[in-house]
Amino acid sequence: MSDWITWSLVAVVVIGSVVVYLSSTAGRLDRLHHRIETAFAALDAQLLRRSAAAQDLASSGFLDPASSFLLSAAAQDTMVADPVDTDVRAAAESELSRALNAVFDDPDVIDEVREDAHPDEALVDQLLEELALACRRTEFARRFHNDVVRSCVQLRKKRVCQWFRLAGHTPMPSTIDFDDTPPAALTQV
Amino acid sequence: MRVGIVCPYDWGTPGGVQVHVRDLAIALQRLGHTVSVLAPAESDVHLPDYVVSSGGSIALAYNGSKAKVSFGPRAARRVRRWLREGEFDVLHIHEPMSPSVSILSCWAARGPLVATWHSSMERSRALSAMYPIAQTALEKVSARIAVSEAARQTLVEHMGGDAVLIPNGVDTSAFGTLRPLDGWPGTGGSLFFIGRIDEPRKGLQILLAAMPAIIAQHPQVRLLVAGPGDVDDFSNELTPEVLEHITFMGLVSEEEKVRAFVSADLYVAPNTGGESFGIVLLEAMASGTPVVASDIEAFARVLEDGDAGALFRNEDPGDLAHVINGLLDDDVRRSEMAKTGLARAREFDWQTVAARIVDVYESVTVSGEGVTEDLRGQVIGRLSRRSAERDEADV
Repeated sequence: MSDWITWSLVAVVVIGSVVVYLSSTAGRLDRLHHRIETAFAALDAQLLRRSAAAQDLASSGFLDPASSFLLSAAAQDTMVADPVDTDVRAAAESELSRALNAVFDDPDVIDEVREDAHPDEALVDQLLEELALACRRTEFARRFHNDVVRSCVQLRKKRVCQWFRLAGHTPMPSTIDFDDTPPAALTQV
Repeated sequence: MRVGIVCPYDWGTPGGVQVHVRDLAIALQRLGHTVSVLAPAESDVHLPDYVVSSGGSIALAYNGSKAKVSFGPRAARRVRRWLREGEFDVLHIHEPMSPSVSILSCWAARGPLVATWHSSMERSRALSAMYPIAQTALEKVSARIAVSEAARQTLVEHMGGDAVLIPNGVDTSAFGTLRPLDGWPGTGGSLFFIGRIDEPRKGLQILLAAMPAIIAQHPQVRLLVAGPGDVDDFSNELTPEVLEHITFMGLVSEEEKVRAFVSADLYVAPNTGGESFGIVLLEAMASGTPVVASDIEAFARVLEDGDAGALFRNEDPGDLAHVINGLLDDDVRRSEMAKTGLARAREFDWQTVAARIVDVYESVTVSGEGVTEDLRGQVIGRLSRRSAERDEADV
Protein backbone atom coordinates (compact mmCIF):
# COMPACT_ATOMS: atom_id res chain seq x y z
CA MET A 1 0.00 0.00 0.00
CA SER A 2 2.73 2.48 1.06
CA ASP A 3 4.61 1.49 -2.10
CA TRP A 4 1.67 2.58 -4.13
CA ILE A 5 1.57 5.97 -2.40
CA THR A 6 5.30 6.49 -2.80
CA TRP A 7 5.20 5.67 -6.48
CA SER A 8 2.25 7.88 -7.22
CA LEU A 9 3.94 10.74 -5.34
CA VAL A 10 7.07 10.21 -7.39
CA ALA A 11 4.96 10.20 -10.56
CA VAL A 12 3.21 13.41 -9.53
CA VAL A 13 6.52 15.11 -8.81
CA VAL A 14 8.05 13.95 -12.09
CA ILE A 15 5.06 14.93 -14.18
CA GLY A 16 4.84 18.22 -12.32
CA SER A 17 8.46 19.09 -13.01
CA VAL A 18 8.09 18.17 -16.67
CA VAL A 19 5.04 20.43 -16.95
CA VAL A 20 6.81 23.31 -15.21
CA TYR A 21 9.86 22.86 -17.44
CA LEU A 22 7.79 22.75 -20.61
CA SER A 23 5.69 25.74 -19.67
CA SER A 24 8.71 27.82 -18.72
CA THR A 25 10.42 26.91 -22.00
CA ALA A 26 7.27 27.83 -23.90
CA GLY A 27 7.26 31.12 -21.98
CA ARG A 28 10.86 31.79 -22.99
CA LEU A 29 10.05 31.09 -26.62
CA ASP A 30 7.05 33.35 -26.48
CA ARG A 31 9.14 36.14 -25.04
CA LEU A 32 11.83 35.68 -27.69
CA HIS A 33 9.23 35.78 -30.47
CA HIS A 34 7.83 38.96 -29.04
CA ARG A 35 11.29 40.48 -28.86
CA ILE A 36 11.95 39.56 -32.48
CA GLU A 37 8.79 41.40 -33.47
CA THR A 38 9.76 44.56 -31.58
CA ALA A 39 13.36 44.35 -32.83
CA PHE A 40 12.05 44.06 -36.39
CA ALA A 41 9.74 47.03 -35.89
CA ALA A 42 12.69 49.03 -34.59
CA LEU A 43 14.85 48.07 -37.55
CA ASP A 44 12.01 48.87 -39.94
CA ALA A 45 11.60 52.33 -38.39
CA GLN A 46 15.33 53.08 -38.60
CA LEU A 47 15.45 51.97 -42.23
CA LEU A 48 12.52 54.21 -43.13
CA ARG A 49 14.22 57.05 -41.33
CA ARG A 50 17.44 56.41 -43.23
CA SER A 51 15.64 56.35 -46.60
CA ALA A 52 13.82 59.57 -45.75
CA ALA A 53 17.04 61.26 -44.62
CA ALA A 54 18.82 60.20 -47.82
CA GLN A 55 15.91 61.42 -49.92
CA ASP A 56 15.78 64.75 -48.06
CA LEU A 57 19.46 65.32 -48.66
CA ALA A 58 19.16 64.30 -52.33
CA SER A 59 16.33 66.74 -52.97
CA SER A 60 17.86 69.57 -50.90
CA GLY A 61 19.96 70.85 -53.77
CA PHE A 62 23.12 70.89 -51.65
CA LEU A 63 24.66 67.88 -53.41
CA ASP A 64 25.89 67.79 -56.97
CA PRO A 65 23.29 66.49 -59.49
CA ALA A 66 25.01 63.13 -60.00
CA SER A 67 25.18 62.37 -56.26
CA SER A 68 21.63 63.60 -55.80
CA PHE A 69 20.36 61.35 -58.55
CA LEU A 70 22.25 58.31 -57.24
CA LEU A 71 20.98 58.81 -53.68
CA SER A 72 17.46 59.60 -54.69
CA ALA A 73 17.17 56.54 -56.94
CA ALA A 74 18.54 54.23 -54.24
CA ALA A 75 16.30 55.76 -51.57
CA GLN A 76 13.23 55.42 -53.77
CA ASP A 77 14.04 51.76 -54.42
CA THR A 78 14.08 51.03 -50.69
CA MET A 79 10.76 52.77 -50.19
CA VAL A 80 8.91 50.92 -52.96
CA ALA A 81 10.50 47.53 -52.17
CA ASP A 82 7.89 45.07 -50.93
CA PRO A 83 8.36 45.06 -47.14
CA VAL A 84 7.14 41.45 -46.93
CA ASP A 85 9.72 40.13 -49.39
CA THR A 86 12.78 40.50 -47.15
CA ASP A 87 15.22 39.47 -49.87
CA VAL A 88 14.13 42.21 -52.25
CA ARG A 89 14.12 44.77 -49.49
CA ALA A 90 17.53 43.70 -48.19
CA ALA A 91 18.96 44.05 -51.68
CA ALA A 92 17.50 47.57 -51.98
CA GLU A 93 18.86 48.57 -48.54
CA SER A 94 22.31 47.25 -49.49
CA GLU A 95 22.14 49.36 -52.64
CA LEU A 96 21.32 52.44 -50.59
CA SER A 97 24.28 51.73 -48.27
CA ARG A 98 26.53 51.40 -51.30
CA ALA A 99 25.19 54.61 -52.81
CA LEU A 100 25.78 56.44 -49.51
CA ASN A 101 29.29 55.01 -49.29
CA ALA A 102 29.99 56.08 -52.86
CA VAL A 103 28.79 59.64 -52.23
CA PHE A 104 30.42 60.09 -48.83
CA ASP A 105 33.59 58.08 -49.34
CA ASP A 106 36.03 60.64 -48.02
CA PRO A 107 35.79 63.08 -45.10
CA ASP A 108 36.68 66.03 -47.34
CA VAL A 109 33.36 65.67 -49.16
CA ILE A 110 31.56 66.96 -46.10
CA ASP A 111 33.66 70.13 -46.02
CA GLU A 112 33.12 70.69 -49.74
CA VAL A 113 29.36 70.24 -49.47
CA ARG A 114 29.26 72.67 -46.55
CA GLU A 115 31.35 75.19 -48.50
CA ASP A 116 29.03 74.99 -51.51
CA ALA A 117 26.00 75.40 -49.27
CA HIS A 118 27.15 78.78 -47.94
CA PRO A 119 25.33 80.56 -46.27
CA ASP A 120 23.07 77.59 -45.44
CA GLU A 121 25.65 75.51 -43.52
CA ALA A 122 23.31 75.03 -40.58
CA LEU A 123 20.66 73.50 -42.80
CA VAL A 124 23.10 71.13 -44.48
CA ASP A 125 24.53 70.15 -41.10
CA GLN A 126 21.08 69.26 -39.91
CA LEU A 127 20.45 67.04 -42.93
CA LEU A 128 23.84 65.34 -42.62
CA GLU A 129 23.40 64.80 -38.90
CA GLU A 130 20.02 63.18 -39.37
CA LEU A 131 21.44 60.88 -42.05
CA ALA A 132 24.46 59.95 -39.92
CA LEU A 133 22.20 59.22 -36.95
CA ALA A 134 19.89 57.03 -39.03
CA CYS A 135 22.87 55.11 -40.46
CA ARG A 136 24.33 54.42 -37.01
CA ARG A 137 21.01 53.36 -35.59
CA THR A 138 20.28 51.11 -38.55
CA GLU A 139 23.54 49.31 -37.90
CA PHE A 140 22.67 48.86 -34.21
CA ALA A 141 19.06 47.84 -34.84
CA ARG A 142 20.05 45.15 -37.34
CA ARG A 143 22.61 43.68 -34.96
CA PHE A 144 20.15 43.60 -32.08
CA HIS A 145 17.53 42.00 -34.31
CA ASN A 146 19.87 39.29 -35.53
CA ASP A 147 21.11 38.68 -32.00
CA VAL A 148 17.67 37.80 -30.69
CA VAL A 149 16.89 35.75 -33.83
CA ARG A 150 19.99 33.67 -33.16
CA SER A 151 19.05 33.02 -29.51
CA CYS A 152 15.56 32.04 -30.62
CA VAL A 153 16.74 29.67 -33.36
CA GLN A 154 19.16 28.09 -30.90
CA LEU A 155 16.36 27.39 -28.46
CA ARG A 156 13.94 26.16 -31.11
CA LYS A 157 16.47 23.66 -32.39
CA LYS A 158 16.42 21.88 -29.03
CA ARG A 159 14.66 18.53 -29.25
CA VAL A 160 12.23 19.33 -26.48
CA CYS A 161 10.91 22.31 -28.46
CA GLN A 162 10.49 20.22 -31.58
CA TRP A 163 8.93 17.16 -29.89
CA PHE A 164 6.36 19.18 -28.00
CA ARG A 165 5.90 21.79 -30.74
CA LEU A 166 6.43 24.51 -28.15
CA ALA A 167 6.80 27.17 -30.82
CA GLY A 168 3.29 26.51 -32.13
CA HIS A 169 2.78 27.72 -35.67
CA THR A 170 5.19 30.65 -35.49
CA PRO A 171 7.50 30.36 -38.51
CA MET A 172 11.21 29.90 -37.84
CA PRO A 173 12.69 33.42 -37.65
CA SER A 174 15.60 34.34 -39.86
CA THR A 175 18.34 36.91 -39.62
CA ILE A 176 18.24 39.94 -41.89
CA ASP A 177 21.41 40.38 -43.84
CA PHE A 178 22.33 43.41 -45.83
CA ASP A 179 25.24 45.78 -46.10
CA ASP A 180 24.73 48.49 -43.48
CA THR A 181 28.25 49.89 -43.33
CA PRO A 182 27.88 53.58 -42.49
CA PRO A 183 29.76 55.86 -44.91
CA ALA A 184 33.24 56.70 -43.67
CA ALA A 185 32.74 60.45 -43.98
CA LEU A 186 29.55 60.40 -41.95
CA THR A 187 30.91 58.53 -38.93
CA GLN A 188 32.62 61.72 -37.77
CA VAL A 189 29.49 63.89 -38.02
CA MET B 1 13.64 60.06 -22.76
CA ARG B 2 13.23 58.56 -19.28
CA VAL B 3 16.21 56.34 -18.56
CA GLY B 4 16.56 53.96 -15.60
CA ILE B 5 20.13 52.87 -14.88
CA VAL B 6 21.02 50.00 -12.55
CA CYS B 7 24.44 49.97 -10.89
CA PRO B 8 25.18 46.69 -9.06
CA TYR B 9 27.97 47.94 -6.80
CA ASP B 10 27.84 50.13 -3.73
CA TRP B 11 27.63 53.81 -4.71
CA GLY B 12 29.90 54.96 -1.89
CA THR B 13 32.77 52.65 -2.82
CA PRO B 14 35.06 53.85 -5.61
CA GLY B 15 35.11 51.60 -8.66
CA GLY B 16 35.13 51.58 -12.44
CA VAL B 17 31.48 50.62 -12.88
CA GLN B 18 30.24 53.26 -10.44
CA VAL B 19 32.30 55.97 -12.14
CA HIS B 20 30.97 54.86 -15.52
CA VAL B 21 27.36 54.98 -14.31
CA ARG B 22 27.83 58.39 -12.68
CA ASP B 23 29.44 59.95 -15.74
CA LEU B 24 26.88 58.38 -18.06
CA ALA B 25 24.02 59.70 -15.92
CA ILE B 26 25.50 63.20 -15.97
CA ALA B 27 26.16 63.13 -19.72
CA LEU B 28 22.64 61.87 -20.44
CA GLN B 29 21.13 64.62 -18.33
CA ARG B 30 23.21 67.15 -20.24
CA LEU B 31 21.71 65.77 -23.44
CA GLY B 32 18.27 66.49 -21.99
CA HIS B 33 17.19 63.05 -20.75
CA THR B 34 15.65 62.23 -17.40
CA VAL B 35 17.79 59.76 -15.47
CA SER B 36 17.29 57.70 -12.33
CA VAL B 37 20.05 55.44 -11.02
CA LEU B 38 19.36 52.51 -8.70
CA ALA B 39 22.40 51.44 -6.68
CA PRO B 40 23.19 49.88 -3.31
CA ALA B 41 24.17 52.57 -0.83
CA GLU B 42 24.56 52.89 2.91
CA SER B 43 22.00 55.17 4.48
CA ASP B 44 24.63 57.65 5.75
CA VAL B 45 26.12 58.26 2.29
CA HIS B 46 25.06 61.46 0.58
CA LEU B 47 23.48 60.61 -2.77
CA PRO B 48 23.08 62.93 -5.78
CA ASP B 49 19.40 63.62 -6.51
CA TYR B 50 19.32 61.19 -9.45
CA VAL B 51 20.41 58.18 -7.34
CA VAL B 52 17.94 55.92 -5.52
CA SER B 53 19.28 53.52 -2.90
CA SER B 54 18.40 49.84 -3.14
CA GLY B 55 19.47 49.42 0.48
CA GLY B 56 22.72 48.60 2.23
CA SER B 57 25.26 46.27 0.68
CA ILE B 58 27.42 43.40 1.78
CA ALA B 59 30.95 42.64 0.61
CA LEU B 60 31.21 39.56 -1.54
CA ALA B 61 34.12 37.92 -3.33
CA TYR B 62 33.22 38.10 -6.99
CA ASN B 63 35.36 37.79 -10.11
CA GLY B 64 38.63 37.84 -8.23
CA SER B 65 37.99 40.87 -6.08
CA LYS B 66 35.68 42.12 -3.36
CA ALA B 67 32.48 43.77 -4.51
CA LYS B 68 29.80 45.39 -2.36
CA VAL B 69 26.44 44.21 -3.62
CA SER B 70 22.86 43.99 -2.42
CA PHE B 71 20.32 41.24 -2.94
CA GLY B 72 17.59 39.36 -1.11
CA PRO B 73 13.84 39.93 -0.88
CA ARG B 74 14.16 43.44 0.42
CA ALA B 75 16.36 44.57 -2.47
CA ALA B 76 14.06 42.75 -4.90
CA ARG B 77 11.04 44.67 -3.58
CA ARG B 78 12.86 47.97 -3.89
CA VAL B 79 13.84 47.14 -7.47
CA ARG B 80 10.20 46.48 -8.35
CA ARG B 81 8.99 49.63 -6.66
CA TRP B 82 11.66 51.73 -8.41
CA LEU B 83 10.61 50.21 -11.76
CA ARG B 84 6.93 50.94 -11.16
CA GLU B 85 7.52 54.51 -10.04
CA GLY B 86 10.13 55.31 -12.69
CA GLU B 87 7.96 54.55 -15.75
CA PHE B 88 11.13 54.32 -17.82
CA ASP B 89 11.31 54.32 -21.60
CA VAL B 90 14.46 52.26 -21.40
CA LEU B 91 16.21 50.34 -18.63
CA HIS B 92 20.01 50.20 -18.75
CA ILE B 93 21.51 47.45 -16.59
CA HIS B 94 25.23 47.37 -15.83
CA GLU B 95 27.10 44.09 -15.24
CA PRO B 96 23.90 42.04 -15.59
CA MET B 97 25.62 38.86 -14.41
CA SER B 98 26.60 40.29 -11.05
CA PRO B 99 24.68 38.85 -8.09
CA SER B 100 23.12 42.14 -7.13
CA VAL B 101 20.32 44.53 -8.12
CA SER B 102 21.38 44.08 -11.76
CA ILE B 103 20.18 40.51 -12.08
CA LEU B 104 17.17 41.35 -9.90
CA SER B 105 16.06 44.13 -12.22
CA CYS B 106 16.62 41.87 -15.22
CA TRP B 107 14.13 39.47 -13.62
CA ALA B 108 11.68 42.15 -12.61
CA ALA B 109 11.44 44.18 -15.80
CA ARG B 110 10.23 43.72 -19.34
CA GLY B 111 10.35 46.02 -22.32
CA PRO B 112 13.37 47.78 -23.80
CA LEU B 113 16.31 46.48 -21.74
CA VAL B 114 19.90 47.43 -22.51
CA ALA B 115 22.81 45.75 -20.73
CA THR B 116 26.46 46.75 -20.50
CA TRP B 117 29.22 44.24 -19.75
CA HIS B 118 32.26 45.80 -18.10
CA SER B 119 34.63 43.18 -16.81
CA SER B 120 36.60 40.54 -18.57
CA MET B 121 36.70 37.16 -16.92
CA GLU B 122 38.28 33.85 -17.68
CA ARG B 123 35.76 31.21 -18.62
CA SER B 124 34.92 29.93 -15.17
CA ARG B 125 33.01 26.95 -13.94
CA ALA B 126 31.06 29.08 -11.49
CA LEU B 127 29.86 31.40 -14.23
CA SER B 128 29.07 28.56 -16.60
CA ALA B 129 26.94 27.04 -13.86
CA MET B 130 25.25 30.36 -13.26
CA TYR B 131 24.42 30.94 -16.88
CA PRO B 132 21.39 28.60 -17.17
CA ILE B 133 19.92 30.26 -14.08
CA ALA B 134 20.52 33.73 -15.45
CA GLN B 135 19.62 32.82 -19.01
CA THR B 136 15.91 33.41 -18.74
CA ALA B 137 16.56 36.87 -17.37
CA LEU B 138 19.32 37.68 -19.85
CA GLU B 139 17.15 36.65 -22.78
CA LYS B 140 15.03 39.71 -22.08
CA VAL B 141 17.92 42.06 -22.86
CA SER B 142 17.27 43.73 -26.21
CA ALA B 143 20.67 45.28 -26.74
CA ARG B 144 24.05 44.32 -25.37
CA ILE B 145 26.97 46.69 -25.05
CA ALA B 146 30.54 45.78 -24.12
CA VAL B 147 32.96 48.47 -22.95
CA SER B 148 36.02 46.70 -24.29
CA GLU B 149 37.06 43.95 -26.64
CA ALA B 150 37.96 41.79 -23.64
CA ALA B 151 34.52 42.29 -22.11
CA ARG B 152 32.93 41.44 -25.45
CA GLN B 153 34.98 38.24 -25.67
CA THR B 154 33.83 37.25 -22.17
CA LEU B 155 30.23 37.75 -23.16
CA VAL B 156 30.55 35.82 -26.41
CA GLU B 157 32.33 32.91 -24.74
CA HIS B 158 29.90 32.61 -21.87
CA MET B 159 26.64 32.99 -23.69
CA GLY B 160 27.12 33.32 -27.42
CA GLY B 161 25.57 36.11 -29.41
CA ASP B 162 27.29 39.40 -29.87
CA ALA B 163 27.52 42.91 -28.44
CA VAL B 164 28.24 46.33 -29.81
CA LEU B 165 31.46 47.86 -28.59
CA ILE B 166 31.06 51.28 -26.99
CA PRO B 167 34.12 52.21 -24.94
CA ASN B 168 34.16 53.88 -21.57
CA GLY B 169 33.90 57.61 -21.70
CA VAL B 170 36.27 59.99 -20.00
CA ASP B 171 35.20 63.41 -18.89
CA THR B 172 38.14 65.12 -20.52
CA SER B 173 36.99 68.58 -19.54
CA ALA B 174 38.33 68.25 -15.98
CA PHE B 175 41.80 67.09 -16.96
CA GLY B 176 44.56 69.47 -17.91
CA THR B 177 42.79 72.46 -16.38
CA LEU B 178 44.61 72.74 -13.05
CA ARG B 179 48.18 73.82 -12.37
CA PRO B 180 50.85 71.26 -11.44
CA LEU B 181 51.58 70.41 -7.81
CA ASP B 182 53.95 72.85 -6.14
CA GLY B 183 57.54 72.14 -7.09
CA TRP B 184 56.66 69.86 -10.01
CA PRO B 185 57.47 68.85 -12.71
CA GLY B 186 60.94 70.37 -12.34
CA THR B 187 63.70 69.94 -14.86
CA GLY B 188 65.30 66.60 -14.04
CA GLY B 189 62.48 64.50 -15.45
CA SER B 190 59.39 63.41 -13.49
CA LEU B 191 57.33 60.25 -13.57
CA PHE B 192 53.86 59.54 -12.20
CA PHE B 193 52.25 56.29 -11.03
CA ILE B 194 48.74 55.90 -9.66
CA GLY B 195 47.07 52.77 -8.30
CA ARG B 196 47.01 50.51 -5.24
CA ILE B 197 50.68 50.25 -4.37
CA ASP B 198 50.41 46.80 -2.76
CA GLU B 199 48.38 45.24 -5.60
CA PRO B 200 50.86 43.34 -7.80
CA ARG B 201 48.58 43.60 -10.86
CA LYS B 202 49.02 47.39 -10.81
CA GLY B 203 52.71 46.73 -11.37
CA LEU B 204 54.42 49.29 -9.11
CA GLN B 205 57.10 46.67 -8.35
CA ILE B 206 58.03 46.60 -12.07
CA LEU B 207 58.54 50.36 -12.10
CA LEU B 208 60.54 50.27 -8.87
CA ALA B 209 62.76 47.55 -10.34
CA ALA B 210 63.37 49.80 -13.34
CA MET B 211 64.24 52.84 -11.21
CA PRO B 212 68.00 52.16 -10.68
CA ALA B 213 68.58 52.01 -14.44
CA ILE B 214 66.58 55.23 -14.93
CA ILE B 215 68.43 57.01 -12.12
CA ALA B 216 71.74 55.93 -13.67
CA GLN B 217 70.94 57.95 -16.80
CA HIS B 218 68.82 60.68 -15.19
CA PRO B 219 70.29 61.39 -11.75
CA GLN B 220 67.69 64.11 -11.06
CA VAL B 221 64.62 62.02 -11.98
CA ARG B 222 61.69 62.04 -9.54
CA LEU B 223 58.83 59.57 -9.20
CA LEU B 224 55.43 60.57 -7.82
CA VAL B 225 53.39 57.66 -6.46
CA ALA B 226 49.69 58.06 -5.67
CA GLY B 227 47.37 55.39 -4.34
CA PRO B 228 46.41 53.55 -1.18
CA GLY B 229 48.50 50.78 0.34
CA ASP B 230 51.27 50.21 2.85
CA VAL B 231 54.45 52.10 1.93
CA ASP B 232 56.55 50.16 4.45
CA ASP B 233 56.17 47.00 2.38
CA PHE B 234 58.36 48.62 -0.26
CA SER B 235 60.59 50.98 1.62
CA ASN B 236 62.31 48.09 3.42
CA GLU B 237 63.27 46.46 0.15
CA LEU B 238 64.45 49.64 -1.59
CA THR B 239 67.87 51.19 -1.23
CA PRO B 240 67.93 54.72 0.23
CA GLU B 241 69.40 55.93 -3.09
CA VAL B 242 66.26 54.86 -4.94
CA LEU B 243 63.92 55.90 -2.14
CA GLU B 244 65.10 59.51 -2.17
CA HIS B 245 63.81 59.85 -5.73
CA ILE B 246 60.28 58.78 -4.76
CA THR B 247 57.43 60.84 -3.28
CA PHE B 248 54.51 58.83 -1.88
CA MET B 249 51.25 60.77 -1.86
CA GLY B 250 48.94 58.09 -0.44
CA LEU B 251 45.29 58.15 -1.37
CA VAL B 252 44.65 61.33 -3.38
CA SER B 253 41.58 63.48 -3.95
CA GLU B 254 40.16 63.98 -7.42
CA GLU B 255 41.72 67.45 -7.57
CA GLU B 256 45.15 66.20 -6.51
CA LYS B 257 44.92 63.51 -9.17
CA VAL B 258 44.13 66.05 -11.90
CA ARG B 259 47.08 68.15 -10.74
CA ALA B 260 49.40 65.16 -10.41
CA PHE B 261 48.92 64.24 -14.06
CA VAL B 262 50.19 67.61 -15.28
CA SER B 263 53.03 67.45 -12.75
CA ALA B 264 54.74 64.67 -14.66
CA ASP B 265 56.71 64.43 -17.88
CA LEU B 266 55.54 60.84 -18.26
CA TYR B 267 52.67 58.84 -16.82
CA VAL B 268 53.68 55.21 -16.27
CA ALA B 269 51.16 52.34 -16.25
CA PRO B 270 53.09 49.11 -15.61
CA ASN B 271 49.94 47.00 -14.98
CA THR B 272 50.59 43.32 -15.49
CA GLY B 273 47.04 42.28 -16.35
CA GLY B 274 43.44 42.20 -15.21
CA GLU B 275 42.64 45.46 -16.97
CA SER B 276 39.82 45.35 -19.47
CA PHE B 277 40.12 48.98 -20.42
CA GLY B 278 42.53 51.73 -19.52
CA ILE B 279 40.56 54.61 -18.15
CA VAL B 280 43.57 56.08 -16.30
CA LEU B 281 45.48 56.11 -19.56
CA LEU B 282 42.81 58.30 -21.11
CA GLU B 283 42.85 60.60 -18.08
CA ALA B 284 46.59 61.04 -18.53
CA MET B 285 46.19 61.67 -22.25
CA ALA B 286 43.40 64.19 -21.62
CA SER B 287 45.82 66.00 -19.28
CA GLY B 288 48.33 66.20 -22.11
CA THR B 289 50.73 63.85 -20.32
CA PRO B 290 52.49 61.28 -22.52
CA VAL B 291 51.83 57.67 -21.47
CA VAL B 292 54.21 54.75 -21.07
CA ALA B 293 52.26 51.53 -20.56
CA SER B 294 52.79 47.78 -20.51
CA ASP B 295 51.80 46.12 -23.77
CA ILE B 296 48.84 44.20 -22.33
CA GLU B 297 45.97 43.93 -24.78
CA ALA B 298 43.67 46.56 -23.27
CA PHE B 299 46.43 49.18 -23.14
CA ALA B 300 47.74 48.43 -26.63
CA ARG B 301 44.22 49.01 -27.91
CA VAL B 302 43.73 52.35 -26.14
CA LEU B 303 47.19 53.48 -27.27
CA GLU B 304 46.55 52.28 -30.83
CA ASP B 305 49.52 49.88 -30.67
CA GLY B 306 51.91 52.62 -29.63
CA ASP B 307 50.73 55.49 -31.83
CA ALA B 308 49.12 57.43 -29.00
CA GLY B 309 51.63 56.45 -26.30
CA ALA B 310 54.68 54.28 -25.73
CA LEU B 311 54.47 50.56 -24.91
CA PHE B 312 57.02 48.35 -23.16
CA ARG B 313 57.18 44.57 -22.78
CA ASN B 314 54.87 43.56 -19.95
CA GLU B 315 56.69 42.63 -16.70
CA ASP B 316 60.07 43.62 -18.14
CA PRO B 317 61.73 46.34 -15.97
CA GLY B 318 64.73 46.48 -18.33
CA ASP B 319 62.57 47.40 -21.30
CA LEU B 320 60.57 49.87 -19.19
CA ALA B 321 63.78 51.66 -18.13
CA HIS B 322 64.94 51.72 -21.73
CA VAL B 323 61.67 53.28 -22.98
CA ILE B 324 61.51 55.85 -20.16
CA ASN B 325 65.16 56.85 -20.61
CA GLY B 326 64.64 57.34 -24.33
CA LEU B 327 61.55 59.51 -23.84
CA LEU B 328 62.98 61.67 -21.05
CA ASP B 329 65.73 62.69 -23.50
CA ASP B 330 63.37 63.38 -26.38
CA ASP B 331 61.26 66.50 -25.84
CA VAL B 332 60.00 66.51 -29.44
CA ARG B 333 58.67 62.95 -29.26
CA ARG B 334 56.99 63.69 -25.91
CA SER B 335 55.15 66.72 -27.24
CA GLU B 336 54.05 64.71 -30.29
CA MET B 337 52.75 62.01 -27.97
CA ALA B 338 50.90 64.60 -25.92
CA LYS B 339 49.19 65.89 -29.05
CA THR B 340 48.11 62.49 -30.42
CA GLY B 341 47.10 61.48 -26.90
CA LEU B 342 44.80 64.47 -26.56
CA ALA B 343 43.11 63.68 -29.85
CA ARG B 344 42.73 60.05 -28.86
CA ALA B 345 41.23 61.03 -25.49
CA ARG B 346 38.68 63.22 -27.24
CA GLU B 347 37.34 60.18 -29.11
CA PHE B 348 36.41 58.76 -25.71
CA ASP B 349 34.84 61.94 -24.42
CA TRP B 350 31.62 61.28 -22.53
CA GLN B 351 29.55 63.46 -24.82
CA THR B 352 30.63 61.33 -27.82
CA VAL B 353 30.14 58.08 -25.91
CA ALA B 354 26.76 59.07 -24.44
CA ALA B 355 25.48 59.97 -27.92
CA ARG B 356 26.37 56.42 -29.08
CA ILE B 357 24.56 54.95 -26.09
CA VAL B 358 21.50 57.06 -26.91
CA ASP B 359 21.68 55.58 -30.42
CA VAL B 360 21.40 52.16 -28.79
CA TYR B 361 18.42 53.29 -26.68
CA GLU B 362 16.72 54.69 -29.76
CA SER B 363 17.30 51.48 -31.72
CA VAL B 364 15.36 49.44 -29.14
CA THR B 365 12.59 51.83 -28.14
CA VAL B 366 11.01 52.57 -31.49
CA SER B 367 7.85 50.59 -30.80
CA GLY B 368 6.96 53.09 -28.08
CA GLU B 369 6.56 50.35 -25.50
CA GLY B 370 8.07 51.36 -22.16
CA VAL B 371 9.60 49.37 -19.32
CA THR B 372 7.07 47.58 -17.14
CA GLU B 373 7.16 45.15 -14.29
CA ASP B 374 7.37 41.52 -15.37
CA LEU B 375 5.05 39.26 -13.43
CA ARG B 376 4.65 36.51 -16.00
CA GLY B 377 5.50 32.93 -15.29
CA GLN B 378 6.69 33.57 -11.78
CA VAL B 379 4.69 32.51 -8.81
CA ILE B 380 7.23 34.32 -6.67
CA GLY B 381 6.78 37.40 -8.82
CA ARG B 382 3.03 37.43 -8.34
CA LEU B 383 3.34 36.91 -4.62
CA SER B 384 5.88 39.67 -4.26
CA ARG B 385 3.41 42.15 -5.70
CA ARG B 386 1.51 41.74 -2.48
CA SER B 387 4.68 42.04 -0.42
CA ALA B 388 5.65 45.11 -2.42
CA GLU B 389 2.44 46.78 -1.42
CA ARG B 390 3.21 45.85 2.14
CA ASP B 391 6.68 47.33 1.70
CA GLU B 392 5.27 50.58 0.39
CA ALA B 393 3.04 50.77 3.41
CA ASP B 394 5.94 50.56 5.82
CA VAL B 395 8.15 53.16 4.14
